[in-house]
Amino acid sequence: MIIGRTDLAVLKPFRIGAAEPWRFNAWHGAALVAALIAAVGIGEAQAAPGTPDIIATMLKWTPLLAQGFALNIAMSFLAMAIGTVTGVPLGLAQVSLLPQVRASSWFVTQFFRNSPWLVLLFYCMLLLPFEVRIGHTIVPLPGWLKSTIGLSLPVMANMSELVRGAVRSIPFGQWEAADSLAMTRAQTLRMIILPQCIKRMTPPWMNLYAILTVATPLTSVVGVSEAMTLTGDILSSEGRSELLVPMYLYLLLWFFLYCYPIARATLALEKRFAVT
Amino acid sequence: MVWTPDQPLVSLRAVFKSFGAARVLKGVSMEVMKGQVICIIGPSGSGKSTLLRCVNALVPIESGSILVEGQEVNDPKLDKLALRRKVGMVFQQYNLFPHKTALENVMMAPIHVLKRDQREVERQALALIAKVRLQGKEGAHPGELSGGQQQRIAIARSLAMNPDIMLFDEVTAALDPETVKDVLVTIRELAADGMTCMIVTHEMGFAREVANEVYFTDGGLLVEHAPPKEFFASPKDPRTRQFLDQIL
Repeated sequence: MIIGRTDLAVLKPFRIGAAEPWRFNAWHGAALVAALIAAVGIGEAQAAPGTPDIIATMLKWTPLLAQGFALNIAMSFLAMAIGTVTGVPLGLAQVSLLPQVRASSWFVTQFFRNSPWLVLLFYCMLLLPFEVRIGHTIVPLPGWLKSTIGLSLPVMANMSELVRGAVRSIPFGQWEAADSLAMTRAQTLRMIILPQCIKRMTPPWMNLYAILTVATPLTSVVGVSEAMTLTGDILSSEGRSELLVPMYLYLLLWFFLYCYPIARATLALEKRFAVT
Repeated sequence: MVWTPDQPLVSLRAVFKSFGAARVLKGVSMEVMKGQVICIIGPSGSGKSTLLRCVNALVPIESGSILVEGQEVNDPKLDKLALRRKVGMVFQQYNLFPHKTALENVMMAPIHVLKRDQREVERQALALIAKVRLQGKEGAHPGELSGGQQQRIAIARSLAMNPDIMLFDEVTAALDPETVKDVLVTIRELAADGMTCMIVTHEMGFAREVANEVYFTDGGLLVEHAPPKEFFASPKDPRTRQFLDQIL
């Protein structure tokens, strides 16, 4: 019997979670580079005589683009941090023994998990004040920070589901053993269940981070000066239509180069943690 | 009422328990004296494991009374943690904590539950691991141990709490035949040391040898009980006879 070459579902290796999550692979990179080269070639052919080289123009704007991209990365870090710190307690609330706590945390999780990210982003942009007063100091809330909070909401909800799923995936015998040793529920969670969850949660957590990173250009819609917005600015200041496709492909390549190593590392971790 | 050692350490009176529509225990009564070793045998699904889980309140009962050292287990105000400090339990699937080493598994509860001194606990844990003949395996994670070794660490883990009674739930059922013996030897030594034990088992030879009293359960009822010699030589109830005929 050859396992792995079968259509019978029962013979296939068991996986937690329904489908393989989408992630970048090397083919995406190769296709992207090929498309970029082709686009540059086509652009050069279309260009009016006497205009500067497309590659040279891209390089000229690279420092500015890098600045914008740094903001994308900063927002992704911050949103991930906020989302994780708030998502873990929310996920634990979903496995609470108290039905009210369980129900309300479930509702919050489902609400933010199933809302379109862009809608959450607009809500945060429009509902959060432009500054908050903490004690006697006034803390400004610039657009990028508000939209980072907006991005952290779906991250929180997804994190909550990760925690709930991981806790549920720990065999019941672990709870029974801890109970029989007179451990409290808090002790069991802290010393037995969560340490085992961390291993299981790390790959999907990294996957979530990659998804978040490629979602940060959404903030260009609400006017944050990140890489996507700056690319638009560059294109309008250059005013050359043949630059349009190469520039956006160039930006896409940046995101690929950042996310591809994360995707590889996630895959490697999944393989290492796979239950054999 | 203060419990004294001449009274039963564990006594069950008309214990009923259902899981949904399935009635698992239909009025079970039994008594276990201090130092006694009892074996519970019977077909699968006859409520043996549930019976054990009721004793340390892992499973709440519907009616009846379970006294452990005079303390009522079927009481909403029961301090479950205090009860479980006195009652050790070993499971069919070992249930060791896979992210901790053997030594850490044994030391965890005494340190965090009993708040005992770490060094003293370590000394006791090392002695217990030696007692179950696993010296040199202190630093091994459960995944690196065989089933029989894991089960012996699980026994050491329970013993580290200094329980007054040990519950064994089919502890050899998941083991390879050659490792069963090591685990049974450990339990036999424990019994010889005077530990009170309630053992659910399918090992008839072991039950005959180690038990002071053998109980037979079927369909949620205790059908009969007797000292092992009598029990195996001349079972009274036809259900017991039929069961023994099938497996012996």
